[in-house]
Amino acid sequence: MAKAIKNNTLKLKFDSARNLSPAPESKSAAKINPRYELFINGKFEKPVSKKYFTTINPANEEKLSEVAEANVSDVNKAVTAARDAYDKVWKRMPVKERAKYVYRIARMIQERAREFAIIETLDGGKPIRESRDFDVPTAANHFFYYAGWADKLEYAFPNRITSPLGVAVQIIPWNFPLLMAAWKIAPALATGNTVVLKPAETTPLTALKLAEIIQEADLPPGVVNIITGAGATGAAMVNHPDINKIAFTGSTDVGKIIQRAIAGTKKRATLELGGKAANIIFDDAPLDQAVEGVINGIFFNQGHVCCAGSRLYVQESVFDQVVRKLKDRLETLIVGDPLDKNTDIGAINSRQQLDIINKYIKIGQQEGAEIYQSS
Amino acid sequence: MTATKIIPDFSVSPHVDQVGIEERASRFTKRSIKNETKINGLKLALNMIDLTTLEGKDTDGKVKQLCYKAFHLHDAYPGLPTVAAICVYPSMVKVAKKALEGSGVKVASVATAFPSGQAPRDVKIRDTKYAVQNGADEVDMVISRGKFLQGEYNFVFDEIAAVKEACGEARLKVILETGELVTFDKVRRASDIAMYAGADFIKTSTGKISPAATMPVTLVMLEAIRDFYYKTGKRIAMKPAGGISKSKLALHYLVMLNEVLGEAWMNNQWFRFGASSLANDILMQLVKQQTGVYQSANYFSID
Repeated sequence: MAKAIKNNTLKLKFDSARNLSPAPESKSAAKINPRYELFINGKFEKPVSKKYFTTINPANEEKLSEVAEANVSDVNKAVTAARDAYDKVWKRMPVKERAKYVYRIARMIQERAREFAIIETLDGGKPIRESRDFDVPTAANHFFYYAGWADKLEYAFPNRITSPLGVAVQIIPWNFPLLMAAWKIAPALATGNTVVLKPAETTPLTALKLAEIIQEADLPPGVVNIITGAGATGAAMVNHPDINKIAFTGSTDVGKIIQRAIAGTKKRATLELGGKAANIIFDDAPLDQAVEGVINGIFFNQGHVCCAGSRLYVQESVFDQVVRKLKDRLETLIVGDPLDKNTDIGAINSRQQLDIINKYIKIGQQEGAEIYQSS
Repeated sequence: MTATKIIPDFSVSPHVDQVGIEERASRFTKRSIKNETKINGLKLALNMIDLTTLEGKDTDGKVKQLCYKAFHLHDAYPGLPTVAAICVYPSMVKVAKKALEGSGVKVASVATAFPSGQAPRDVKIRDTKYAVQNGADEVDMVISRGKFLQGEYNFVFDEIAAVKEACGEARLKVILETGELVTFDKVRRASDIAMYAGADFIKTSTGKISPAATMPVTLVMLEAIRDFYYKTGKRIAMKPAGGISKSKLALHYLVMLNEVLGEAWMNNQWFRFGASSLANDILMQLVKQQTGVYQSANYFSID
């Protein structure tokens, strides 16, 4: 007679589920230049700074390319170009014409989706499955969506007249490089603003690829400028006197610095800063799907997500069951080469980030936390 | 059946979130199965097939022919496994049993007034006993969906238990006919009832109702099997049936099986495909892997 058996005496085995034949996406489908300049006023220009920095593939730390480092003069050139384009072309353009450009960018991203996905994975370490199925298609969708808004703004807010702000500087992080660029550029263009965008220093390549598309799309020169560099470049952008808007996604610390820097000015800001989310599971929840939510919440994009579900609260009556289900699910996650189509967890974005993660794990263990790792 | 057995309250079977289960099921289809893994997977799938003919027009000759195919799938390709079983109506069990003698291929028979199940219990029991006495190794019964939908879970439970008893040594597959149960919550509940009542297999469909097997429905049942295993230590086998006719889909099912129940279930003791046209598609894929080109369907047996 089958009696109730203690949970911990039974174990399912998943070794063969993780050992699949390699299914790598081909690197040769993507073209990466050995060097990228700054995209200012519709042209790729050598930096006044004369400086370049390398960008690597975090999965094997091999050099992919080198990109220009913009200094204060470069930032000044970019903002001037954006201001001219705003005054002379973009704010005067009929909204339907503006929309056409945004649509065109969306379609061109779709056409080159495979190349974008490969470069995103090479430069940032995220699994090709995610860049292919999420980052790149969603980026194209953002351009499509906002293109549709351009000629409807007039009707969206009854009794109010919408108008563009002017020059927007946009500083984006390394977790969703292309998607963040789309997220910031598309609405700015649709509402009639011009842009100076800086991608993160560890993941500049897809934004520079986007610059190539913008050039091919014949967007009027200066409407979108894409410059590269680290913190100093970002500071020069934020402190430039002739900008109207700052859109920043990144750390809370830098967000505070930006707020201090623009206090008392007329610059507007959108700050999307760090945070971690909690999951709560009650005993009447569909547990398997709740577990799947937890897995996606914390392991999607290696956990490099501002709202990653890094805490989990479980009602005591289902605690053991949920933990067991989580452990079984962890066993089937494939950690490996980001370019392999079966990889679930790719490379941490940079060595620096890996060190931070390891530091926190150590602190947790010192404070008495238990650690569980899949086999 | 002893008094010590704990039977849960089936009206509180776990709920299933539709969006979540569909998304999880679609995730398995993103696995890219290549080269060695693909060939091994295809051969395994072939070995898991219950080659099925359940037609009013079935004749002795048709059944004999199908039985021959069961262990001569494609003789031009050496080293192929046989299918797991031949699945027929009770009246054809004797013919199939004789035709399969010594091949190791099992005879499965549908029973209990398949496919509707709308018959009195004594008829269903006789149907079952007839199949077993004629040599069926496995019995595929249908549950009384009408009673289930009326909330008469005890009736359904008792019926399965009675059929199980009538099966004797034969393994019992319980067909839930998920296409008629409609919601995932009901599929989960019916799975729990069947397993606690003594099912050796739970099976999605008769193949006579659309939709038949789908990946999300199969996932719900696999999760029920896993929860039952952890509670009782007893393994239950799974059989999706109907609607699986392409190799690629069969491989996706195997990925799902492997990631939900693990290696122990990856054989035809614990998993079957109820299918008729799947075998030929797998054969075509295997030959393609070997030669690099697709053959015309004319080079494979018709059924």
